[in-house]
Amino acid sequence: MNDIWSGLQAAFWLLVTLDRDLVEITLRSLQVSLTALVIASVIALPLGTWLAIRRFRFRRAVIAVLNALMGLPPVVVGLIVYLLLSRSGPFGVLGLLFTPTAMIIAQVIIITPLIASITHQAMRELWAEYHDLLISLNTSNWQRIKTLIFDGRRALLTASLAGFGRAIGEVGAIMIVGGNIDHATRVLTTAIALETGKGDFALALGLGFVLIGLALVVNFAIHVLSRTEREGRW
Amino acid sequence: MVDNMAAKLENVVVERRGKTILGPVDHQLAADGCTIVVGPNGAGKTTLLKTLHGVERLSQGRVDWGAPEQMVRQQQAYVFQSPIMLRRSVRQNLIFPLALAGVPRAEAAARVTQWAAKIGLAKMLDQPAPRLSGGEKQKLALARALIRDPAILFLDEPCANLDGRSTREIENLLLDVQATGTRIIMTTHDLGQARRLARDVIFLLRGQINDHGPADRFFAAPASPEAAAFLNGDIVE
Ligand SMILES: Nc1ncnc2c1ncn2[C@@H]1O[C@H](COP(=O)(O)OP(=O)(O)OP(=O)(O)O)[C@@H](O)[C@H]1O
Ligand SMILES: [Mg+2]
Repeated sequence: MNDIWSGLQAAFWLLVTLDRDLVEITLRSLQVSLTALVIASVIALPLGTWLAIRRFRFRRAVIAVLNALMGLPPVVVGLIVYLLLSRSGPFGVLGLLFTPTAMIIAQVIIITPLIASITHQAMRELWAEYHDLLISLNTSNWQRIKTLIFDGRRALLTASLAGFGRAIGEVGAIMIVGGNIDHATRVLTTAIALETGKGDFALALGLGFVLIGLALVVNFAIHVLSRTEREGRW
Repeated sequence: MVDNMAAKLENVVVERRGKTILGPVDHQLAADGCTIVVGPNGAGKTTLLKTLHGVERLSQGRVDWGAPEQMVRQQQAYVFQSPIMLRRSVRQNLIFPLALAGVPRAEAAARVTQWAAKIGLAKMLDQPAPRLSGGEKQKLALARALIRDPAILFLDEPCANLDGRSTREIENLLLDVQATGTRIIMTTHDLGQARRLARDVIFLLRGQINDHGPADRFFAAPASPEAAAFLNGDIVE
């Protein structure tokens, strides 16, 4: 009990004094996860929309693969990326293992299916609603996608936020491919795991608060977005 | 511009889930005026309109407008039975087809103002379209169809949710656009409206054209017993 209490106090101090380590780790976390988010969104949002409006031969297969990938345990993704990037692996020459880039790659692989799947779901609904009108107006494929993305932007933002939430809280994969190296690849989750193991609850709790704060902000944003969507506000 | 706007249906059949919902239909439509399609619920009126517009998948046969389908549809507008509202403001809904057609912004804005006034939605331009009332949505859908100045206008029950006064206003509007040369093909359950607007009538029953001809003749002397019963308000199955 005492441990926890003094840990909380120390954590609070680390936060208000903007402890250097804490800030550095937080910023790296944000940098890695936001980069992964942008890359994943660029792939997943058009892909999910495309899957919703086009009927092609392997559409069902692609969706099934996407759903399977969504259920992939992050640790396994970490392992695979590790093998690919390790010195004897096919991309070993790039020397990416234990760098933030490796972590970004792992996170992109983890969240792209998630974002694509949520996007697909939302866009399918919107497409069912708009289908007849857009066909009637002789729209090109590109105009259809543009219209759906524009009018479904809230759903897409929600999908992205969900992806970000998953990325920022992920630990298994980035631990493996990043290596949790101080001042290089240490991020919020891996640092918490390490400090807890070392018994330094102050830093662990401080980092934990930051992480919880970020998660809350993301969830709150999703909540607000889905509410404005339901109430039909613009 | 396609000069000859007379559609020809050649052996058209639409099947869904092993059931024939339209056809076989062989029919030559008139080139101008207002054609009204009547018939009981489920007769295939919507399917026929969509088929003519080229948005229904045919199981057999073809529709010939005398020009490539894309080009023909470019000059047509379609108001669906249940209005489709873009999740945008009324104004943006009206601008949408103009933007697709590449109409310059200033001209588009002017046309939006003009049509919003004509259709009685001027005060609601900045409201979200999905939150309009059923009748307002129908008016908006009609204005969004007319704003592009189509050569051919398809209307599927355009007055189903409108009160008497709005129905009159819409009918007058339709007479106006028809006078300027717009070809109208519509369905209605309101036989009074059919009498007021139609130049010719198609009576659909169980997916087939049971009777067709000039409106005067159809209402005065329906050619089939089913059509006579339908006009009488009797149940036709
Ligand atoms: N995709 C579909 N699958 C199966 N049946 C369908 C499909 N689309 C339409 N139908 C059926 O085809 C028939 C004709 O439908 P349609 O909408 O053309 O009728 P309608 O004359 O417009 O009726 P209403 O007056 O109620 O609008 C109906 O019995 C309907 O259930
Ligand atoms: Mg119908």
